[in-house]
Amino acid sequence: MIDVLDQFWRAYLYASNGSPSGMAVTLWLLVLSVSMGFFISIGLAVARVSSRRWLSIPLWAFSYVFRGTPLYVQILFIYSLDFVKGTPPLAAFFQSGFNCLVLALTLNTVAYTTEIFAGAIRATSAGEIEAARAYGMTRFAMYRRVILPSALRRALPAYSNEVILMLHATSLAFTATVPDILKIARDANSATYQTFASYGLAALLYLCLSFALIGLFRRFERRTLAYLGTHR
Amino acid sequence: MFLDGYGPLLLAGTWVTIKLALLSLAVAVGLGLLGAWAKLSASWGARLAATAYTTLIRGVPDLVLMLLIFFSMQIYLNDLTDLLGLDPIDIDPFGAGVLTLGFIYGAYFAETFRGAFMAVPYGQMEAATAYGMREFQVFRRVLFPQMMRHALPGIGNNWQVLLKSTALVSLIGLTDLVKVAQDAGNVTFRVFLFISLTGLIYLVLTTLSNGILYWLDRRYSVGVREAQL
Repeated sequence: MIDVLDQFWRAYLYASNGSPSGMAVTLWLLVLSVSMGFFISIGLAVARVSSRRWLSIPLWAFSYVFRGTPLYVQILFIYSLDFVKGTPPLAAFFQSGFNCLVLALTLNTVAYTTEIFAGAIRATSAGEIEAARAYGMTRFAMYRRVILPSALRRALPAYSNEVILMLHATSLAFTATVPDILKIARDANSATYQTFASYGLAALLYLCLSFALIGLFRRFERRTLAYLGTHR
Repeated sequence: MFLDGYGPLLLAGTWVTIKLALLSLAVAVGLGLLGAWAKLSASWGARLAATAYTTLIRGVPDLVLMLLIFFSMQIYLNDLTDLLGLDPIDIDPFGAGVLTLGFIYGAYFAETFRGAFMAVPYGQMEAATAYGMREFQVFRRVLFPQMMRHALPGIGNNWQVLLKSTALVSLIGLTDLVKVAQDAGNVTFRVFLFISLTGLIYLVLTTLSNGILYWLDRRYSVGVREAQL
């Protein structure tokens, strides 16, 4: 344990030889994919609940496929796309394992988050929407002022779960040769042969990150869902 | 030739994936029931152990746990056989995969079952005891059937996650569907075809299990009145 800590604590947490630490890479992956996923999902969720079937059915199919297949297979799939090699800008984009990984993670989280948000939007009480219409709001104004503020709040508990799952999903990064926490753990393992210590440290770091995220969401929920009277 | 002769291998890989998922489900449900029982028990030691189990396991990515458990299990076993002067035993990767996945998802099932047990009204158990049933009979005849109805949505979710996480076992050296597809793709230079096929097979499996879960849900909800909205 001490050996691994002694040799690799910088690589896990801090920075080593000018390259970012495993922790930093993991967090960067999480922030990138979750923040992009959040904004894309809001738009897609609005389209998903639309009564226009040409809008909602393709989105249903998209989320069905991405929620029905493993993320690892999705990463391999994006890796194996052949047609991109013909067009130089696409080829350049897909050559980087990091780009492929972030694309896969984002698509995956968009599929789940869209369903979460769409469920919350559907649960908006009809009276609120009627009232908004009666005030003469346009559809855009109605979404901005009435539906989304309350729907996103109600989606928060489910969404926080999804963010934790995304943190866990980033551990697939090493399959795309991205040096996240788990990649450092594998390096430490092959350098020291201390399997339990190397992976155990990685597990501990993920545990701390999970608890930190859960704590942050709890605080945030207590503020935004205060009107529901859930005092814990 | 269709799939360059890799069709039978793909089927064999699919069968490994299905077996792995079902056996891990059995282990996970067993551990989950045990964990839920411990979490609801009066003894604080059992509660503490079960809470530590569910909290720690659910806070760490399944892939990390898989590598941690799978590889250190072998090393500790080697140390043990060295110590006893026996020949080294190689852990069978399939069995180890089942135990590892079952151990991880047992934690998720424990939380599901705990909530479901708590949803069964206490009067039901009292009535069963009043009829003179023994503790196990109360569990089998009264508690379990009613608990299942509340647990089914959670079980369905956990099963879908478990099924999809079987794709990770190829990373610890099991020749499951994903591994076969990758090998086939690398040999024939048709990775795209084989990976798409893998995705499709997973999609079929999740769709099938959706159907089974729907049927189970109807079965366990017999006699429950639903409010018409």
